[in-house]
Amino acid sequence: MKRIAVVGASLAGVRAAQELRAQGYDGGIVLIGSEPHLPYDRPPLSKGFLAGTASRESLDLLDAGDLASLALDFRLGVEATALDPAERRVRLSDGTSVHADGVVIATGGRARTLPGFEGAFVLRTVDDALALRAALVPGVRVAIVGAGFIGAEVASTCRSLGLDVVVLEALAAPLAPVLGPALAEVCARLHVDHGTDLRCGVQVTGLAPAGVSLASGSVVPADVVVTGVGMTPATEWLAGSGLKVGNGVHTDAGLVTSLPQVVAVGDVARFAGRRHEHWTNASEQAPVAVANLLAGHTARTYTPSGYVWSDQYSGRLQLAGHPRPDDTLSFVDGDPSSSSFVATFTRDGSTTGVFALNNAKLFNRLRRQALGRPEFQPAVQG
Amino acid sequence: MIRACTVDELPPGESVRVPGPPAIAVFHTEEGELYAIGDTCSHQDASLADGWLEGCFVECPLHAALFDLRTGMPTCLPAKDPVPTYAVVVDEGVIYVQGVAGEDAA
Ligand SMILES: Cc1cc2nc3c(=O)[nH]c(=O)nc-3n(C[C@H](O)[C@H](O)[C@H](O)COP(=O)(O)OP(=O)(O)OC[C@H]3O[C@@H](n4cnc5c(N)ncnc54)[C@H](O)[C@@H]3O)c2cc1C
Ligand code: FES
Repeated sequence: MKRIAVVGASLAGVRAAQELRAQGYDGGIVLIGSEPHLPYDRPPLSKGFLAGTASRESLDLLDAGDLASLALDFRLGVEATALDPAERRVRLSDGTSVHADGVVIATGGRARTLPGFEGAFVLRTVDDALALRAALVPGVRVAIVGAGFIGAEVASTCRSLGLDVVVLEALAAPLAPVLGPALAEVCARLHVDHGTDLRCGVQVTGLAPAGVSLASGSVVPADVVVTGVGMTPATEWLAGSGLKVGNGVHTDAGLVTSLPQVVAVGDVARFAGRRHEHWTNASEQAPVAVANLLAGHTARTYTPSGYVWSDQYSGRLQLAGHPRPDDTLSFVDGDPSSSSFVATFTRDGSTTGVFALNNAKLFNRLRRQALGRPEFQPAVQG
Repeated sequence: MIRACTVDELPPGESVRVPGPPAIAVFHTEEGELYAIGDTCSHQDASLADGWLEGCFVECPLHAALFDLRTGMPTCLPAKDPVPTYAVVVDEGVIYVQGVAGEDAA
């Protein structure tokens, strides 16, 4: 292969480019990204960067040394608009196109929006974070729609800035479909203990001049409204490519699409019927996808670790594995009312997941012992 | 020079965090070696004393960067910068970390 196009210049795309070099590929790498910025990391956008404690520079995924050693041909601020496998071309929004022998799809997704909430803040990009941060001036009342990881982190950051926060959640308890009822209660408690007004089981209908309208007819007063209701995979540009898309780009067990010269990684990859919208997943998929791209067939398969962390209020939450909410939860250390605990999920006698609040040490020990370690580590560049 | 703990308090395979500044992580490897490094991961905010010890490497508990305890160098992403290393001495069953003075606190 003489030239590989990586579409999407964020975590998964960067990791793929780094892995290409680490695995010995010395041809051209074109990194195409619709944002005008050099690649940056997203997790701090709802945490330190939104709070103003993490610098813009600390978000950068590549330093000057990486940029030199990776020798990437950047096409930033342009969107890929089509993939033409017959001509081996990726077409771009500026009218140009890139000829490539291999393609890595790493287009992630966009913040999902809710009908009736046009103009509310969302949080996916650094520009979103800057806009939201500018609105979080002293005295504003914040309403957040959705108590998932991002909604909860934004609520926590807003509380640390001393703002009044209401979180509106449709479910009976936050994150219950992911963590099960007992841990959902813990997440609810974190909000309440830190002065956030968490309202579960509420249906929102849209933005009102004074705040957020609810199906019940009442209005929750707010000056700043943020919707944190998940993301939509960015696959529109693949229409007509022949690839199977639908809630992500469908891949085999090695992240290879129906075309052997096209692989998908990160939030956009629908692997074994599922997408994993987590940082570690994007990072860990890259070595496998790249190995298969360079091999020209599925030589390696990927095993997702299911690892995700979230910083909420005084708590660092960590989850690994693939538990189902109805798996049996056992507290190995502490209990749900403690400020630090570790719990395991089991099903049919085997451990399906490990969860911890503020106990990284025991979490990692159990995670390694019960769930094994991810097979591949990304290599350092430069 | 600061006192970490006694040798008895740190069996092989264990680590201890000595509060700072700078906070320091002291490791006793399965092979019986003692190492001390800066406790705060050079990537983001995690305590390396909470990490997973394997041979003379520690894996960061937050994003799994691997650090060589002998050099402080990361051997895999996402960390890129080394953490400081400190010499360890054992005197009458007590583990001390050397080279930590007030000026290191920055
Ligand atoms: C605010 C926030 C906080 C988070 N916190 C955590 C956390 O604490 N823990 C955790 O595990 N995970 C967290 N995540 C999730 C993690 O950041 C994502 O899983 C990760 O960013 C996925 O990387 P990606 O490269 O697959 O996709 P993305 O980061 O979405 O990047 C895709 C890139 O592709 C670009 N793109 C899209 N379409 C096109 C196109 N047609 N042409 C060119 N470019 C295109 C986009 O502009 C974007 O830059 C967080 C995410 C957000 C948004
Ligand atoms: S904080 Fe250690 S690897 Fe990120």
